[in-house]
Amino acid sequence: MKFNYRRAGSLKEALEILSEGDESLKILAGGTDLLVMIQDKLISPGVLLDINGLEELKGIEESNGRIRLGALVSHGQIAADKLLREKALPLVESCGEVGSPQIRNRGTIGGNLVMASPSGDSIPALYVLGAEVSLKSRDGERVIPIEDFFTGVKKCVIRPDELLISITFPALGPDDRGFFKKLGQRKALAISKVSTAAVLTLRAGVVVSIRIALGAVGTTVLRAPRTEAFLTGKSLAPEVITEAARLCAEESRAITDIRSTGAYRDEMAGLLLARGLEKLA
Amino acid sequence: MEEITVQFMLNGKAVRVETPPAFTLLRLLRERLGLTGTKPGCERGECGACTVLLDGEPVNSCLILAPQVEGREVLTIEGLADGDKLNPIQEAFIEKSAVQCGYCIPGMIMSATALLDTNPEPSRDEIKTAISGNLCRCTGYTKIIRAIEVAAERIRKR
Repeated sequence: MKFNYRRAGSLKEALEILSEGDESLKILAGGTDLLVMIQDKLISPGVLLDINGLEELKGIEESNGRIRLGALVSHGQIAADKLLREKALPLVESCGEVGSPQIRNRGTIGGNLVMASPSGDSIPALYVLGAEVSLKSRDGERVIPIEDFFTGVKKCVIRPDELLISITFPALGPDDRGFFKKLGQRKALAISKVSTAAVLTLRAGVVVSIRIALGAVGTTVLRAPRTEAFLTGKSLAPEVITEAARLCAEESRAITDIRSTGAYRDEMAGLLLARGLEKLA
Repeated sequence: MEEITVQFMLNGKAVRVETPPAFTLLRLLRERLGLTGTKPGCERGECGACTVLLDGEPVNSCLILAPQVEGREVLTIEGLADGDKLNPIQEAFIEKSAVQCGYCIPGMIMSATALLDTNPEPSRDEIKTAISGNLCRCTGYTKIIRAIEVAAERIRKR
């Protein structure tokens, strides 16, 4: 590996550097994907800009019912956070399943989004939480709903002069429930074959509303709108859950690749949904 | 590429060392500082042989650049013993024959150290999670887990 190393001293400095348009520059956050890509010679940057010193990109806060995560918050911090366990459980469960303890201590939530892998475990959780992503450049800031952020496999809308600053979403309320379930080759250090996340509002045992997102089934994370519509207004009786799992498998229409076949992914997407719902019934 | 000076705390002592900017912490430790207890394995964050503690947290030293440890605290396997006296985790690994080929063991012990520093009474599942980022290709996990349990008991009794 050969490249120069530059440390951004402030957000303003980082955005100035990015505005210069140096195409050989890559941003270094946790480094758990970037350094592997460099080792594998998929990219050969001339300079890495280390943003780990930027305080504006750190911290987990709640204000006025919304939670803000700085882009540099690690998966390990999220997995261990008490506030998030209470008010963003699917995200806590997803971040707790990323990689290994060592990877979770380094890999950042912002990095997981910008890498834009369809199997990025935090992404389905952020879909069902209704997250928004804040991108900042020297010229201004824009806020993108997470479902508009990804454009394809490893592709997202961030421009080279922009930095992902933070992720915000509404805190789950007392009637809200949620989960994240993942299936990989083994428990640790395995990229998801398929994952399912959901957030639902339950009142008197009836599903008032529900959002379901499936990871690793397509070129981006997908919602399951027909299953959501089916479950809305119903109680979580065993036969309802069975039918929801069937519908979810049907609308997953997953891809086949080196990690799994589409047919298996479809079945498992439904099964993971059923397992999550059964615990809430 | 011009070398960079990095200063950090290594096993309790301040060090100042020159490094190429693209060196990983793993290479810095082994090639510039002569600490070869930290092992290179997959060099892509999947095997845990290179695990060290950075400010007390287990990390893959193959995925951290040397300049990134500026001002931080690094603990390697060499920093655990007190002179010739091994620490309780190291002793338990020997006593319970938790070592086969030995290559994964420094990383295993560093992960166990981070666990017992924060959780002196871990369950078997917590131990398994703590070492889930460390692969042992001799498949000696049972004795490794037992050694960590024994070490935990001894540390609690002290």
